[in-house]
Amino acid sequence: MRAYNQKAWFFVLPVLMLVAFNALIPIMTVVNYSVQETFGDNVFFWQGLDWFEQLLRSDRFHAALGRQFLFTGLILLIEIPLGVAVALSMPRKGIWVPVCLVTMALPMLIPWNVVGAMWNIFTLPEIGLLGYFFNNILGIPYDMTQDPLAAWITIVTMDVWHWTSLVVLLSYAGLVSIPDDYYRAARIDGASNFAVFRYIQLPKMKTVLTIAVLLRFMDSFNIYTEPFVLTGGGPGNSTTLLSIDLVKIALGQFDLGPAAAMSLIYFAITLLVSWVFYSVMNNQSDGEG
Amino acid sequence: MAKITLSHLKHSYEPQPKGPDDFALQEINLEWQDGGAYALLGPSGCGKSTLLNIISGLLIPSEGQIFFDDRNVTALSPDQRNIAQVFQFPVIYDTMTVYDNLAFPLRNRGVEETIVNKRVSEIAEMLEVEGILKRRASGLSPDNKQKISMGRGLVRDDVNVVMFDEPLTVIDPHLKWKLRSKLKELHHRVNATMIYVTHDQTEALTFADRVVVMDKGQIVQIGTPVELFERPEHTFVGHFIGSPGMNIIPCMIEGGVAKFMGQTIDLEGPIRSGSSKNCEIGIRPEFISFGESNLRGAVKKISDVGRHKVVEVVLGDHKIAGIVEDAAPEQGETIGVILQKNQTRVYRDGWLATEMAG
Repeated sequence: MRAYNQKAWFFVLPVLMLVAFNALIPIMTVVNYSVQETFGDNVFFWQGLDWFEQLLRSDRFHAALGRQFLFTGLILLIEIPLGVAVALSMPRKGIWVPVCLVTMALPMLIPWNVVGAMWNIFTLPEIGLLGYFFNNILGIPYDMTQDPLAAWITIVTMDVWHWTSLVVLLSYAGLVSIPDDYYRAARIDGASNFAVFRYIQLPKMKTVLTIAVLLRFMDSFNIYTEPFVLTGGGPGNSTTLLSIDLVKIALGQFDLGPAAAMSLIYFAITLLVSWVFYSVMNNQSDGEG
Repeated sequence: MAKITLSHLKHSYEPQPKGPDDFALQEINLEWQDGGAYALLGPSGCGKSTLLNIISGLLIPSEGQIFFDDRNVTALSPDQRNIAQVFQFPVIYDTMTVYDNLAFPLRNRGVEETIVNKRVSEIAEMLEVEGILKRRASGLSPDNKQKISMGRGLVRDDVNVVMFDEPLTVIDPHLKWKLRSKLKELHHRVNATMIYVTHDQTEALTFADRVVVMDKGQIVQIGTPVELFERPEHTFVGHFIGSPGMNIIPCMIEGGVAKFMGQTIDLEGPIRSGSSKNCEIGIRPEFISFGESNLRGAVKKISDVGRHKVVEVVLGDHKIAGIVEDAAPEQGETIGVILQKNQTRVYRDGWLATEMAG
C-alpha cells in the first residue's frame, strides 16, 4: 500500500485563509442577508427565498435588467467593430506607432468618476461645450437631463469614448503578431483586401477579440460610476442600470435583504453569460484543431 | 512560362545610398532560362532573399529592370506578374480547409469551379495530401503545412516562376529529404521555372540543375553542381561548397610559377597575368594524397567522419586538409603532401587565375 503524506494540506492552508477572507466570507454575508429581513438594531428574521421570488417577479427589476442588456449590447455592437477598424488603420511601423498607442491609451487612464464628471459638464445644455453647440449653434434640441433618448446617447457615447481604446489595443496586439510573410503570400495569391481581413487578420485576432468582448461585457454589465455621475440614473428611471438600482435599494432604501438577493442574481447573470460565451468560443477553436 | 532577365539590377534599403556598402545587391545581370531548376545559394545576409523579393515584385529595385520574356515587369505588383512564392515559414489560411487553401489562388482569379476542382485534385495527388483535403488547415503538422504552401504556388498552371525561400527550415531533418525529392519530382512534372533559395549546400546541389552562388550582394559563380565543386571561380565558392571546404594557402608568383614554402607547385595550367600580389593556391581535400613529396609536415588531427577520414597536416604556418579512404597516417607523424596537378589552381584577389590546360 502506498503511504500518503498528509502534510500537503498544511501548505494549502494560507491560500484557503486568503480566499476565505477576500471572497468566501463577504459572499456568505450577502447570502446571509438575502434570506433574512431586518429593521435595524441587528435584529434579523428568517425570510427563506421570499426576496428572490419577489425580485424575479418585480417589474422594476425587469426594467433595470432590460436597460442593462440594452446598454451592454449597444456598446459591444459599437466598440468591437469600431475598435477593430481603428486597429486596422493604425500604422504597423515607424515613429507614429508610439504616438498612436499613447493617444489610444489616454482615455483609459482617466478615473471613472472623472470621466462621468467630464461628460456631464461637456454635455450640459446651457454651459457644456457640446450641449451649447447642439442647442444654440446647430439648433438641434439636446438635453440629456430632460430627454431620455439624449441621456442614452450620451452615456453610450461616453462609454465608447472611454473603452473603445481597450478593444483597439487588444486587436492591434493581435494584428502586429501576424508575420509579414502572410501578407506577402496573400498578395501573391491575389487576395483582395477583404479576403486578407477575413482569412488572415480576423482569424489571428480571434483570441484577443474573445478576451476583448469578455472584458467589455463584464465591465459594462457592472458599470456604475460613470452613469451615476453623468445622469444619476435619470431622467426619471430611464438610465437606471442594474448597479444603480442596486445601490438605491441597498443604501437609499436600506432594504438589505432584497438588495442582497439582487446582488446574487446580478452576479449569477454576469457569471453565466461570461461562461457561456467563453465556452462557445473555446469549443469552436477546439473544433479547428 | 517565361525567360526571366535581370538587367543592371541594384538594390539598397537606404533611401539615398551613398557608397557600394549601402547596397544590399550590387549590380546584377542574369538570365533564368524557362523551365530551369535553379538554386540561389549563399550565407545568411548575402542578398538572396532581397533578389527573390525583387523577382516576385514584393520589392521594387532601386535601379535596373526585370523582364519576363520581353515584357518589362519592373513596376508590376506580385499578382500582376503571375508568380508563386513559398516562404520560410509555412503560410496557411487557418480557418479554411486544405482544399480551400489550395483553391484560394485560383478562386481569387475567378477560375471556374470545375477547373478549380480538377487542378486541386491534381496537385493534391502530386503532393500526396488527398487524404486530408477536407480537414481544417490549422491542425496540420509543419511538413504538411509547408506542402500546402507549396501546393498553392503550384496550383496555377500559368505561373512564370515558382520561388522557394528556404522552405525546409522548419521541417524535421528526416522529412527534409522526402520533401526535397518531392520538389525535384514536381519540377519535372509541372515544368515551371523554379528558384530555390537556401544557405544549405546539400539542398542547393541536390535540387538544382544550375546553382547561383551569392556573397555580399554579388553573384560569384553560376554553374552546375559539378562545375561549382570541381572548378570554383572564387575562393568563396571553394570554401562554401564542399565539406571540408577547399584548402586555400597563400603563395608567391615568381616568373609565372607558383611557389609555396620555397617549392614550385605544379598547376592545372598557365597563370593569367595580373598585377596583384595577393595570390593563393586552392585545392580541394579530395585531391590531396600523402606519400613521397618535398612538401612535408606533421599530422595534427585526424577526424573520422564515417565514409572517410579527414587528415589535417601542418605545412609551415598553414593547415591543409586531405581526405583518405583507407589507412590514415598516425597523429604526429611527418609525411609528404601530394597535390593533384590538374586540380591545383591559383586565385588572385580571390578570383580564379589559372587556365585549364588543353
